[in-house]
Amino acid sequence: MAEADAKHPLSFQDMILTLHRYWSARGCAILQPYDMRVGAGTFHPATTLRSLGPEPWNVAYVQPSRRPTDGRYGENPNRLQHYYQYQVILKPSPADLQEQYLGSLAAIGIDPLLHDIRFVEDDWESPTLGAWGLGWEVWCDGMEVTQFTYFQQMGGFDCKPVAGELTYGLERLAMYIQNVDNVYDLRFSDAVGDVAAVSYGDVFLENERQFSKWNFEVADTDALFAGFKAAEAECNRAIEAGVPLAAYDQAIEASHLFNLLQARGVISVQERANYMARVRDLAKGSCKAWIDSQSERWTVQYPGWTL
Amino acid sequence: MTDFLLELRSEEIPARMQANARFELRERFSDTLHEAGLVVSDSDITVWSTPRRLTLIARNLPDATAAVSEELKGPRSSAPPQALEGFLRKTGLTQDQLEDRDGVYFAVIDKPGRATAAVLAEAIPAIVRGFAWPKSMRWGKESASSESLRWVRPLSGIVAIFGEELVPCEVSGISAGFATRGHRFHCPGEITIGSAADYAEKLRACHVIVDHEERQAIIRDGAAKAAADAGLSLVEDEGLVIENAGLTEWPVPLLGRFDTAFLEVPPEVIQLTARVNQKYFVVNGADGKLANGFVCTANIDAKDGGKEVVAGNQKVLAARLSDARFFWEQDLAHPLETYLPKLEAMLLYEGMGSLREKAERISILAGWIAEQYFPERDPDTARRAGLLAKADLATGMVGEFPELQGVMGGYYAERGGEKPGTVSALQQQYVAAVEGCIPACVALADRIDTLALFFARNIKPTGSRDPFALRRAALQTIQTILVNDTRLNLKRVVEKSHEIAKRNAAIAGNMQVSDSAALASDLLDFFADRLKVQQREAGVRHDLIDAVFVLGGEDDLVRLLARVKALQAFMATEDGTNLLAGYKRAANILKQAGEVSGTAAATPPTEADATLLAALDTAEPAAATAVADERFTDAMAALASLRAPIDAFFEGVMVNDPDEAVRAYRLGLLARFTGAVHGVADFSKIEG
Repeated sequence: MAEADAKHPLSFQDMILTLHRYWSARGCAILQPYDMRVGAGTFHPATTLRSLGPEPWNVAYVQPSRRPTDGRYGENPNRLQHYYQYQVILKPSPADLQEQYLGSLAAIGIDPLLHDIRFVEDDWESPTLGAWGLGWEVWCDGMEVTQFTYFQQMGGFDCKPVAGELTYGLERLAMYIQNVDNVYDLRFSDAVGDVAAVSYGDVFLENERQFSKWNFEVADTDALFAGFKAAEAECNRAIEAGVPLAAYDQAIEASHLFNLLQARGVISVQERANYMARVRDLAKGSCKAWIDSQSERWTVQYPGWTL
Repeated sequence: MTDFLLELRSEEIPARMQANARFELRERFSDTLHEAGLVVSDSDITVWSTPRRLTLIARNLPDATAAVSEELKGPRSSAPPQALEGFLRKTGLTQDQLEDRDGVYFAVIDKPGRATAAVLAEAIPAIVRGFAWPKSMRWGKESASSESLRWVRPLSGIVAIFGEELVPCEVSGISAGFATRGHRFHCPGEITIGSAADYAEKLRACHVIVDHEERQAIIRDGAAKAAADAGLSLVEDEGLVIENAGLTEWPVPLLGRFDTAFLEVPPEVIQLTARVNQKYFVVNGADGKLANGFVCTANIDAKDGGKEVVAGNQKVLAARLSDARFFWEQDLAHPLETYLPKLEAMLLYEGMGSLREKAERISILAGWIAEQYFPERDPDTARRAGLLAKADLATGMVGEFPELQGVMGGYYAERGGEKPGTVSALQQQYVAAVEGCIPACVALADRIDTLALFFARNIKPTGSRDPFALRRAALQTIQTILVNDTRLNLKRVVEKSHEIAKRNAAIAGNMQVSDSAALASDLLDFFADRLKVQQREAGVRHDLIDAVFVLGGEDDLVRLLARVKALQAFMATEDGTNLLAGYKRAANILKQAGEVSGTAAATPPTEADATLLAALDTAEPAAATAVADERFTDAMAALASLRAPIDAFFEGVMVNDPDEAVRAYRLGLLARFTGAVHGVADFSKIEG
């Protein structure tokens, strides 16, 4: 694997591998992406559910994220309906979290005496997850490259202890490191011997075209509405049945279907708030069921811990 | 006398919170020490902030608090023994330690002085724990408990040095020490502070300028110089100076450029993008127009002199400006009125319909106002401007930058070939005092419509709560009327506005007040209150406004103020104050007289009565005509002519004459006198 070097900046995949190695060396379990369509790495149950409760939890993973309304048919150099987030969760948040994070930037080739790294206030809130935290957007020469958050609440419950969450926007960071202006020009992998390098466009340009079209024009809205209802019902059934992990999958599903319905432009302003509240109820219900299923064990293993 | 240093180091404190945090630290420190018996003068306290630290230096603290002797009065020595026992319990003394002074027991308790260092060691944790941040958080292992310390961001270290001695204390596992840290990147290791005296200089050596004012000056001057060196001039922005000082410990202003092609986007858009999203200053060229440059403030002394930093920032700004240009071009692709249907989905307060419906109401009312009250008589343009007023809210640019509402509408209307009056109306509609005929018609229609709708729903400001900014809407209505010298019957306009709103059945159905005249009179009182507040700043007496307002029937604010101002000028003269004295005397006598009994004499009983009668015969019609002709100074002069006769009257006669007929005559004369005064203003409302 290549090392970060100013003359030969890391390829997209080497940047990911470098981050994996970096966080692995700091005790993180390197998880794989969750196998469902989500809007952000925070939706992965390894963040949402595992940030609840007293157990230490240190993980890192890449999460493909889908934001149907951000699709631009492959024509905008900065906007994608499918992109990657690199997510790190450290619970409890370590005292040197900022230093660890800055170390990861150095590892992928950002020299903080050449580039202006700044922590600029940005409080995070996810109305659909009933979650909020305080932190910053991290700027590199004026560009936001990471969201850095100390979770205070998830699913409406206090985080005890607080988890630190780092969300790197991988494409932006790579565009910065590789100094390219168009995301599709990113070097995804390097040439090796006879095998040519692959660009981000080689991998994803056609996807952006087709999915933008599907998201905005094709997706069957009746089926999406029906799917939303079905996911909502199934989530509640699973909560009843005491299987919160399965319930949470359905909350994720409902959330994504809602995003697709928005992209199709069939949810009015008035309805929007209502749908968001329904998704939030599912997410909160799943979080509560998760806590209910675990709290007996937590109280035994962590004396003194209370909800 | 010893100096004390306190540094509370944390992860990055939001820039906008630092000024208040400094204030809070100063106050809490003074209060806490004051309670312990240490009075610190404000000039001996210095507070500084950087993104990563809050610092307080208190100079000339005494080494110990003064010993105090406290005296407590006890029971009489003759009181029952239980009273004495109770007093001894309370003071913890024995009977022989009490002093008997003239039959009363006194306890004298000496409290020795305490070492200041000990007071500080207690004060620091109390200050930290009680600190009020606008938003605070928990973190780390300790946050497993809900009781854990809260701070704006994780608190990472405390330096507390009294003289050269450590003040030993601890908050939530963080112990005070001599060590702090310098600049995050230039000087990442620990540095040891010796005392308050070497603190700032040691930090400076480690690339931290701890004095926020010094950083502000570096940014202010450095940004201006960076621009000037390139032949440009900085657009000054003190808010940005302070914000950037709150984001940096070692500020380095750097000039960057962007493609001149972006200058086709309106300058307001460029400035807003640069300022709000990126915290950059913008610059003007020699022609005074926005130029293709900006100044960013880095937090490092970069190894390459800032080349990479500038290149990176240029790229970010270019991406933002191309977004803005995209919106600009997209928005311009369709005429402004094609955005109107989109306003249907944008709702006002519940039950008040959509913005599309509001646009319709503004249009009708603006047209009506133009027709009725503006000599230009251009209701068509007023209607058109009213209809388009809110259209820009549906454009992409305003969706992205809500602050540009109105400004963008003006640009789009101009490009769309609308009349200058329409363009100006759209541009100005969110300004306080809107100038010009068409702009004023639209602004008045917009604000009066809002006020009428909320008042019809009985939703009014209460105390400090005014969530829909109705006070501001009323104030801006007043300002717009006055700045244009617009002569209009405010009551009639409110009625008209209410009538227009009632045409919509759904909106009318939600109203609690359906009588337009009742609504208008309610709103007029609200306007009167706002007028008093607004005019106070201009030095106009609120009691004089009342004196004219209570006469009723006056809803032409321009005329009302002209009368008030003439009255105020009159009240500043000797004639005015004497007349007021005469009026009050007359009013008192009339009040005490109650029902007048007997028939008044047919002719003036004395010369003084006759003189007053003659004066009234002249002054009354003169004042009335002057008021009707809006010659308010002349009206005051007419009143002034009554001063000598009323003074002579009180001097020369006794109102309560034993002769009933004479008394009745004189009371009648006084009633006529006060009536004449009331024709100009209700003097009973005037103070003094």
